[in-house]
Formats: sequence, structure tokens, C-alpha cells
Amino acid sequence: MAEMKTAAYVCQGCGLGERLSTRQLAQVAQKEGKMALVREHGFLCSEAGVQSIRDDIEKEAVTHVAIAACSRRAKTEAFSFPTVAMSRANLREGVIWSQPDTDAARETTQEMADDYVRMACAEVKKMKVPAGNPDAAHNTRLLVVGGGISGMTAALEASKAGYRVMIVEKTGTLGGWTGTLWKRTPAHEPFEAPADTGVAAMIQAVQADANIEVRVGSTIARTSGAPGRFSVEIAAESGGTATEAFGAIVQATGFSPYDATKLPELGFGRTPNVLDQAGLERLAREAAAGSTPIRRPSDGGEVKTVVFVQCAGQRDASGVHLPYCSGHCCATSIKQAMYFKDANPAIDTVVVYTDLRVPGNGEDFYRSGQSKGVTFTKGKVAAVEPTGNACTVRFRDLILDEDATIENADIVVLATGQVPNSGVDIEKVAQNEPGEWQSDPGSVLNLAYRQGKDLPMLRHGFSDSHFICFPYETRRTGIYTAGPVRRPMDITQAVEDATGAALKAIQAAENAGLGRAAHPRSGDLSYPMVRLDGCTQCKRCTVECPFGAIDEDEKRYPLFNESRCRRCGTCMGACPVRVISFENYSVDTVGAQLKAVDVPDEFSEKPRILVLACENDAYPALDMAGMARRHYSAFVRIIPVRCLGSVNTIWLSDALNSGYDGVMLMGCKHGDDYQCHFVKGSELANYRMSKIDDTLKQMALEPERVATCEVAITDTERVARLIDEYAAKINELGMSPLKGFA
Amino acid sequence: MASDLNAQALARYRNDFLREVEERVDEGEWVKMCMQCGVCAGSCPFGPHWEHSPQKLFMMIRAGKRDEVLQSDSMWMCTSCYNCVVRCPRKLPITTIMHGIATYAHRLGLAPKRQPTRDFSVVFWENFTRNGRANEMRLMLRLWFKDGIGAGIKKALAMKNVGLGMLRTRRMSPFEIFGGHGVKDVKGFQAMIRKAQEIEDRRRGFTK
Repeated sequence: MAEMKTAAYVCQGCGLGERLSTRQLAQVAQKEGKMALVREHGFLCSEAGVQSIRDDIEKEAVTHVAIAACSRRAKTEAFSFPTVAMSRANLREGVIWSQPDTDAARETTQEMADDYVRMACAEVKKMKVPAGNPDAAHNTRLLVVGGGISGMTAALEASKAGYRVMIVEKTGTLGGWTGTLWKRTPAHEPFEAPADTGVAAMIQAVQADANIEVRVGSTIARTSGAPGRFSVEIAAESGGTATEAFGAIVQATGFSPYDATKLPELGFGRTPNVLDQAGLERLAREAAAGSTPIRRPSDGGEVKTVVFVQCAGQRDASGVHLPYCSGHCCATSIKQAMYFKDANPAIDTVVVYTDLRVPGNGEDFYRSGQSKGVTFTKGKVAAVEPTGNACTVRFRDLILDEDATIENADIVVLATGQVPNSGVDIEKVAQNEPGEWQSDPGSVLNLAYRQGKDLPMLRHGFSDSHFICFPYETRRTGIYTAGPVRRPMDITQAVEDATGAALKAIQAAENAGLGRAAHPRSGDLSYPMVRLDGCTQCKRCTVECPFGAIDEDEKRYPLFNESRCRRCGTCMGACPVRVISFENYSVDTVGAQLKAVDVPDEFSEKPRILVLACENDAYPALDMAGMARRHYSAFVRIIPVRCLGSVNTIWLSDALNSGYDGVMLMGCKHGDDYQCHFVKGSELANYRMSKIDDTLKQMALEPERVATCEVAITDTERVARLIDEYAAKINELGMSPLKGFA
Repeated sequence: MASDLNAQALARYRNDFLREVEERVDEGEWVKMCMQCGVCAGSCPFGPHWEHSPQKLFMMIRAGKRDEVLQSDSMWMCTSCYNCVVRCPRKLPITTIMHGIATYAHRLGLAPKRQPTRDFSVVFWENFTRNGRANEMRLMLRLWFKDGIGAGIKKALAMKNVGLGMLRTRRMSPFEIFGGHGVKDVKGFQAMIRKAQEIEDRRRGFTK
């Protein structure tokens, strides 16, 4: 880019002109902000206002624009100038709407606005226009791992959208788990009876689809690259590997049933008459093939009583078995009870449950089971005792609160849970050193990533995804999970899940082709740049990147894969030597802002509190607090950050050294039920801040001078209160002793 | 007679009490649709005072606890407030089922002896079917004196002022004691009741 030419625009609309001296703001921009061109406008986001900026960019060769108007989250379409660097001073939501309109407040309100103008001017001068990822590649073919109902759905949906797909299936046939069922729980009105699985028709559709290639009996030997340029080695069981290129990946590897041999107390393994749900499906298919009723497995005798034991080896609080609910098993047991009832209503079928959970339209199906005479008994099964060809089921009746038994059960079906097929737990196995990568037969994807071969898990082996906002996203950009590998679910949910994942994968591949980020900064053209000559190879960026975007080269320097990056800046926050930056977001852009603030001396009774607010939740909450006219302390100066994970501790020491009286960090909830858009950012920030006390001690400051808090986007009322409470605390602590030394 | 009916029912249904209830109890076919949420138990104003809530009774029926259900005095406690019926998410006619079970238990002779609601019901039914109108004077006296002369006199004295007040304001006639008045066609009325019972007995499988 040619010479830098700066311009600042001060808006007088939305009451800014009445509440503030925009003349003074313009002077601040000119004298202190050193902006080459300063203009005031009565209504900046109007066509005329926007045109005046556009004219300056064209005719005056302005390259850096600071706009002092509303929040950066408002009027984004009007103030869109992709060819220049731009900063926004939030004078509307952040100043006049969050401060009382009184004579007493006029002075501090104006000071606040002056500071935001100084900050915007300082920031923009440190920014560059992002050029886009130079390493972008445009391949939109999708790889679907797993040929079950989820995988086939993903492939068919992607094909319908016009994309080419390859399905890689480990076993010899398509169909997966659903293919092993005799019938499925109904997916359509009136939800009354078991229905055809539809798998055969689906396999036909897949095979007839010119966009879809299928590799059965194959596994993934190695996956390298990034979105838009994945290179995948596919190993066939028969020997030989082929390398294929893909733009994005959908992992639909499904689940395995929980190992019922771990439940000997429920009779499994002690008699063939105790089965898991998979076993009963097998019996039902065999019986249907021979057009006979389902017979007792031990001797082929007639079946008169069938007992279904729900939550067998799941929802277990003792820690021995699965702790979670698999969601589908209640409806599956109702379906299997109907296998018997529909054939012969005289057969007694008893479902022993603790809580009957039938998601979706399952309530209708449950009701249908009841009217067909399936008996539902609320109880907890303690033991299944086989004697001869019959079983005795002992359970605690939870309604009558007494021990009860069912004698002479011919078949007992255990509803065991879903265990995700998610490969290796990367937290538990050692990673290969650079240059020593080897595939792992237990891994699904065999990722040649520094951070491990499979997707990171959250709990119980299910892949980690942002549950509230971005369920399909995993922590590996361009790789999406669908179906029970993501969370326990039934067929209907898996189909929906696979459709969503396929569309997200298409999006990721297309974005990668354009050199843009995937969610949640989708469309962002900036990417992390590293000044390798300053790097000390501490590996904190490689380890802390929540998305596994950074590998190591042979010399052990970080190797960034821009297309894998989500642009959160966690690496930038982690780097102790501050060599990582983005063109429009860096240690300098924030550092310059906080240093631009005019910090009054210690006798002024005007403390200054720096607020670093996450742009995803906390900053919108602050904006909305302004919109609701919730007033907060005039002594705060708020800087939005991409994620709390991007906060480099240098900002805190810089701020405190420059005489700020306190620093507040506002980020998202972290922990197992995190809400951080970048999964680990707020958690890492919290960890880093737990170590900052020593630094504060060295500076002879109280630990309260730095505060971290969790703010959700809905906390519009609370966020104002948090600020005021912290301001009151700073007032108690007194002014920082470091004022005037900077 | 009642014990014969019980023996007949036992032979007919063996251990399948749910089917017995479905066929023989008014609205009994709804019992299997209960989903054990407990809203009825929580809604019942008499909740803490009965041994078995509707939820429990339905569970006991499904568990085949025939004697416990039919000998229970819980369904006799129902005041017909219909709170449970209004709230039941599965729309079970719970009040009707409660009265249905009570009636069936009475019919088989299994209902608890000296259960006040049952005693009242028996007295009321006899009193009212005699000539088609309830005879308040006789009904009152029978209820008061059912536990003996002494107890009857005690109750009468306790209610003395109410009774005198009612006599004075002509809300009650002492001459009712001699038979009182009935519907126009008492014989026809009684025939109608008999026919209804006959139909009901056939429908419930008590007679062919």
C-alpha cells in the first residue's frame, strides 16, 4: 500500500451533536490524533455522509479512516469501505446512551468521547487492510467418513446442492447401524407403528448419484492440509492406498453399543435369552426372513413374556458405566415391544424404566405403545436371574416403593447406550514429534496435525462443539461431525444433523477458497502473521490454539495453516515475545488505544478503568445496555477484543504502568458448559489472569486492580452493574500509585 | 352373591387384573394410558389423606395387585372435584375411574367394611330408588342411627338447633318419615333402574 493518509469523521446525528461538543472532538482528532483530514457531518451514515467518505478515499487518497459515530456493530453496511483500514469510536451506545443527560455529567461525558476519538485515531494508524490468505486453495469436494444413515444423508444433501462427495466406509457395505435394524421408529404421522428403515432406498440413491463416489472396506490412513486443500490417504482393506484431495470433511462415524458383557448382573452372557437391543433386532430380522414369530433363543420356545430393561449400563451415577442418557433407547424399546404386540397381542411386554424419554414426536409413539397394551413400569432393575429357559427380573418399583419381580420372562432386552466412534483421545495419547508422524489404527481421521490425530473431545468421548451456537463445528476447522459421534441421538436427529453438517462443510470449503475465515468471524480476511526471527520456540501458540491450526516445521518453528485458523487471536494472547499479529488486530492496535487515553492525575478524583470486552458477547451486551439507556461509570474506557484468549498480558502491564486504576476483562463463560465462541479462549484467559497476581505484586499493586468476569450476551442489565461495582471497588482502593510516571 | 361374583372374576381373568379393570370398570380402558407423571397425585386436595393416589392405584392395577386395589379405601375418598381430570396431560377421566373402581369393589364385596362413603352410598341408593326421590328425613335418621340408638340420639341432639331451624322455616317436613312423596310412576321408574342394571351387568360380563 502506498503512503498512509488518515482521515477522521465525527458524526453529529442521533443526538451526538446536542450532547457533545463535536467541534472539540474534531480538534482532538486533528491535534492529538494527528489525522490529516478531519470532517464533521450532521448525519454521517446518510447517503451524503457516506459519499463524502467515499470521495475522500477516491480523490484525497485516504487510506485510514477513523469514524466517530455509533458502535462498530451498528451501520455496518453504510460504513463498509473494504479498501481502507477503518476504526470506529463508539460515541453513541458507548457514551451518550450510557451516560446520563445532566449538566453534572456533561464534563465526564465529553472526556469519555474525547478519549474514544483519541483511541480510534491511534488504532487506525496501526492497522492495515487485510490482504486475504495467500495460501488459499479452492477444492469443494467433500469427504464423508462413515457410510451410515448420517454419512449417506450428508453425501446426498451435498450432492443435491451440487457438490461432489466421496464416502469412505470401513465395513464392506453402506447402511451402518440403521442397516442392521429390522424396522425403525416412525418418522412420520401418525407415529403409531415401526416403519421401514429406508436404508435400501438410500443406498440405491447413493449408488445412482453421479456426484457421489463410494469406497467401502476402506479407512483413512492420513489426513493433512487444511480446509480447501485437505489431502487424504485412503487405505483399502484389500491393500493399497490412494491419495485424494478434498475441501472439507464430514465425520459421521456413528456409535457402537455399550458393551453389555459389562452387565452380568442383568444376565447378559449368562443366557442367550438376555439380549441387547442390537441382539433383538437380529432376532427380529431372522424371524421375519423365515416368516415365523420371534422365538426364545435358548430353545426356540414360544415367547409369552418380554421384559425391556431401560438405562442398562447408562445414566449410571456410580461412575462404572455410561453416565449419560443415549436418547433413542426408550423409543427403540417401545418399537421392539411392538414387534411382539403387533404380531400377537397376547404376549406380555413390560418396559421397566426410570424416566421414559421420547424426544421429538416420540410422545405419540409412546401413547401408541400404551394403547397397544405395552405395560410401562416405573422401576429400577436390580438383577436378571436366568433359570432354565426363563428369567426372573427383580426390580424396585419406584411408584409403589417396593421390591417386585417379574417371573418367567422369556426374553429380556437390555437398552444399552451409545458409545461414540470418535477415534483416539488426543488428550490421553502422546503426540508424534515433528517428522516422526505415524498413523494409528485406532484413529478415525489420522490427522497429521501437531495437536493429535482425531478431533478433540468434550466429555464422554463425544466431539467438542459449540453446543449453543455452532453445534456442527468441531475444533478442527473444515471438519464437521454429524450423528451420534457428536452427541447421543436417534435416526431422525442424525438425518437433520448430517444435513446441517454437509451445508457447513460446503460453506467452509467455499470460504477457504476465498481466503476467508470460517465461523464465527466468517468472511474475515485477516490471518495471523508471525515474525519468526523473534520466536523463541516456546510452543505456547501450538499448544494453546483451540483449533489445531499451528503445526511445527522441522526447525520447530510454528507453522501456521491460515485456512485452519478461526482468527480468534489466542496465539497472539499466548505469545510471550509478541511476534504474532493480524493486519487489523495486533498487540499494537490495542496497545496504541489504551495508551492514547488521557489519564488524569491522582488528585483529579477521576480514575480510569480499562475494559477489555469480548466482541462476541460482552461488547454487544454493553451496546445493548446503552440502547436500554442503562447508565454506567464514566470512568471506563472499553476496547473490544476478538476473544479474551487474545488478550496479551502486556496490555495489562502497559495499562497499569500508564496509570490506569483498574483493568476489567469481560469474556464468555468457560468450563464444560462453555459459551466461548472460540471454545478455549476465555478459559485460557482466565488461567493466564490467575497468574497475574505476581506481576501485580512486583508492581506494588493490589490484586483487585485486575478483574475477570463472565458476561453473557443477555447480561445487558448486569454488565452495567458489574462496571459500577468495580468502579466502586476501585474508589475504595484509591487511585493507582503509578500515575504520572508513564 | 358378591363372593360368587368375585370367584367368577378370578376364574375369568386369572392374573390379568389390568384386563379385568379394562372390561369391568367404568372407563377402565384408560388405565393403561397413564404415564405415571404424578400430576393427579399432586393435584388432589385430599392427596395426603389417602393411602394410594390415582397414580399409585393405576400402577398397582398394572402390577396385578388385585386385592390391594379392590380393598383399598382410597378411591372412596374421592370428592369429585375433577382437579386431576382437568390437569391430566393424558386426559384420563380419573374421577370416573375412581368411582368405577369403588363400585366394582363394592359389587364384588371386597370394599372395606364400614367405610363411611360406602355406607352413605348404600343408604342413599336404597333410599332414592324406593320411590324415585330422596327422602331426607329417612336418609338422615338411617345414617344417624346406623351405629346404634345411643350414637343416633347423640347426633340428633348435636344437630338439634339446625333441625329446629329447618322445621321452622319449612325446609324440612317431619311427615316425610311416613313415606314422603315419590315420582309419578314409581313402578316404571324402578323397572327402568332394573333394566339399566341388567344392561350394565351384561356389558361388564357379570351375566350373559
